[in-house]
Amino acid sequence: MKWFLHKLAMMFGADPRKAAPTEETDAAREMKRYKKTPEQVQKRKAIIDHEHQYPLVSNKWRNMRWASIILINALFIISFAWDVQLVEGSMSASRFLGFHMADPNAALQVFLAYKELVLNLVIGTVTVVLLWWIVGGRAFCSWACPYHLLAEWAEALHLFLAKRGWVKDHPFHRGLRVVLWVIFMGLAFFTGYTVFEYINPVGIVSRALIYGPTVAVVWVIFLLGIEVFFSRRFWCRYVCPIGLTYGITGAVAPVQIKYDLEKCVHEGECRAVCLVPHVLEITKMGYASDTTEFIGPDCTRCGLCVDACPQEALSFTIRGLDKIV
Amino acid sequence: MTDGSDTPKKPRLTRRELERRRLMLRTVGLGVAAVAAGLVGWYPVYRQMFDRLRPPGALAEKDFLASCIKCGQCVQVCPVEAIKLADGDEGYGLGVPYIDARAQACDFSCDAVQCVLACPTGALSHAIATKEEVTMGFARLARPESCLAMKGEGFTGLARGYDFTGLLRYEEIDRWEPQPVASHPYELELCDLCVRECPIQGAISLERISEDPADPRRIPTVHKACVGCGTCEMICPAEPAAIIIDTELTLEAQS
Repeated sequence: MKWFLHKLAMMFGADPRKAAPTEETDAAREMKRYKKTPEQVQKRKAIIDHEHQYPLVSNKWRNMRWASIILINALFIISFAWDVQLVEGSMSASRFLGFHMADPNAALQVFLAYKELVLNLVIGTVTVVLLWWIVGGRAFCSWACPYHLLAEWAEALHLFLAKRGWVKDHPFHRGLRVVLWVIFMGLAFFTGYTVFEYINPVGIVSRALIYGPTVAVVWVIFLLGIEVFFSRRFWCRYVCPIGLTYGITGAVAPVQIKYDLEKCVHEGECRAVCLVPHVLEITKMGYASDTTEFIGPDCTRCGLCVDACPQEALSFTIRGLDKIV
Repeated sequence: MTDGSDTPKKPRLTRRELERRRLMLRTVGLGVAAVAAGLVGWYPVYRQMFDRLRPPGALAEKDFLASCIKCGQCVQVCPVEAIKLADGDEGYGLGVPYIDARAQACDFSCDAVQCVLACPTGALSHAIATKEEVTMGFARLARPESCLAMKGEGFTGLARGYDFTGLLRYEEIDRWEPQPVASHPYELELCDLCVRECPIQGAISLERISEDPADPRRIPTVHKACVGCGTCEMICPAEPAAIIIDTELTLEAQS
């Protein structure tokens, strides 16, 4: 429980840390001791060397995810362009086959700004919260958000330039996202305007895709420019309150990424590709609290780590299902 | 431990501490910048730089901006595509629907307020159910000198020219399919387009200007029933339109 609370605190900006001896299970302690024996260290070194010699490249989950983002956003576009009414509206609120859907973050702002509870909006928000709770809260970010896809491409460009030493990543403190969440919700309440929606690239991109380009897209390009030249994935990592809202939504979601300590060789391929690498600190030698554990609330279930791990130490799983089957 | 004790210097920061300090400064900077960017949107709203005609059922402007979730479902259901979403220059109006009546008025081709039914947040208030209950604005003869009826003149031809893209419900042609205004030529002895095409019963009429029965001149007179849909503004053949819609903001400023 305490270890889970630490993971929750990490989502709110706390620094990752090692599991304390009191948080370790006996099995984990035993496993770590075993892994530190000279022959095991030697064995891992050989595995890593072999991997570097014959790198395995898999893009399975990434491709599925890109297909998902494109499909979801295409449904919005097609619905309006061809008037087929599958998903009417945009990312902030829509009707899926007539059922109300509402982005919880936008709905919360509207509620705070307008100060009246609208039934349709409550229905839409509850539906979306339930849906994304099942697949893991921030799965919205990596499986549906149109800005996420653009940001991934910007990230690829950033990494390309960084490898050549032309740009450098400037990290920020992750606690900023929580502070901004509170500030923007407060602004909605006190000014009566949905202030964040003015700078929200998700809304801007979604509307631009469906209703045609706007000048506001320049703002999104500016943000992507910062991600390429100054700070890797800065919007999703340090700013976007939507990510936090969905993170809370899926704090104890059924769909999880599971970490297997036994299989892990601690080389850190997963942390190098992760949008939220602090959740993968448990893959460092000696950091995990149990022999298998779930990654945690801030994870976007993007599957990049699952693709990256050559040892299959990270995998998609459904909470509790392995105990039943 | 003698380092620095006899040579009083500022405590030197380690590389790590320095990096941490920079990170915190950057973070504060980013936070301030993000909030500031959000607040930029307040300026055009505060200055009322845009005086927009909102769709049927819209709440008072302040409440409307607060309650609209910027999803555009109202845009999607409008059969004449009268509803547009505002761009970033309108501040907190970004993504909020408006109607440019001169380009495409809300002519109630949908037979009453589909946009209201589509709105998930009640920003377009469900309190109204018929077109007669709408209060978007109010028509006003803003340029009487250019009004053809005021001059006693007739009108022949296309109301807005051959390249005008606006649609209008011509019930005698097709009740369910709005027709391009550009496909419908008129031949009128006295121009009465604003009255003829008004979708609301008793909202506007032509009244005599003088006692003289031979005087053909008439004045378009707007009555209480007017809902501000803007059909008169769209169809008016004068350029710019002789009759326009005063929005809620304008009406407030006038009173």
